[in-house]
Amino acid sequence: MAHSDHTTRRTFLGIAGSAAVLGAVPVVIVRPAEASPAMLSAAIRNIVGEANVRTGKVKLDIPPLVENGNTVPMTVSVASPMTAEDYVKSIHVFNEKNPQPNIGNFYLGPRAGRAQVSTRIRLADSQKVTAIARLSDDTFWSATADVVVTLAACTEEAI
Amino acid sequence: MPSALINVPAKAKRGDIIEIKTLMSHIMETGYRHTASGDVVPRDIITSFTCRFNGAEIFRADLYPAIAANPFLTFFTTVTESGKFEFEWIGDKGFSETASASITVE
Repeated sequence: MAHSDHTTRRTFLGIAGSAAVLGAVPVVIVRPAEASPAMLSAAIRNIVGEANVRTGKVKLDIPPLVENGNTVPMTVSVASPMTAEDYVKSIHVFNEKNPQPNIGNFYLGPRAGRAQVSTRIRLADSQKVTAIARLSDDTFWSATADVVVTLAACTEEAI
Repeated sequence: MPSALINVPAKAKRGDIIEIKTLMSHIMETGYRHTASGDVVPRDIITSFTCRFNGAEIFRADLYPAIAANPFLTFFTTVTESGKFEFEWIGDKGFSETASASITVE
């Protein structure tokens, strides 16, 4: 009795496992043009090199839930005195699942006065958005936000 | 119809931090969309934006297809003297537009 129960469970797990594999394959085929986490980390490495990226100082303002991924307002601000000795050199914004990992690079200087940039971006899917700031002492700081998108950008047909 | 909209305060006090808002009308075609017949719509985006004040660069941005159509950018600068802001957008297919705005500093 106990032996037959064990077999049944194993069979069930086997079937469930194959179903999961079968389920995963079409997802990969449907979205060939999606940036992978490897592309994201490569894009980040491209900017920061071997430097350590720490969490903090950066504030990424983006709605947690957006209806239309074609235009998502986004503001990045960095806590910095913006003096000649201590300022933000640049702000870089990345995403996880758009066809390309980059969103934009913004270059500031000490005379910006306030390290804050706003724009409107496109998001192809619900995903994480990461902002990285490079300070004048060449340290990197980051912030990440999760965004849920109900209508994705990039997927509709052009007329 | 002007293709650029710029918002810069006309007057400011010396040392003020002012906000600059810019909007350029552009389709920002990503290059990832297809027509009904399956052809890829070629990429056509603005790739670079620069703002100069009296000739010196104060802000620059590299744009990617993930920037929404009609790129809208806001940023800040400290004003020390009266002068002219010059804005430049450069993109695919030889796209190049400029705009300018003046500010009086008291």
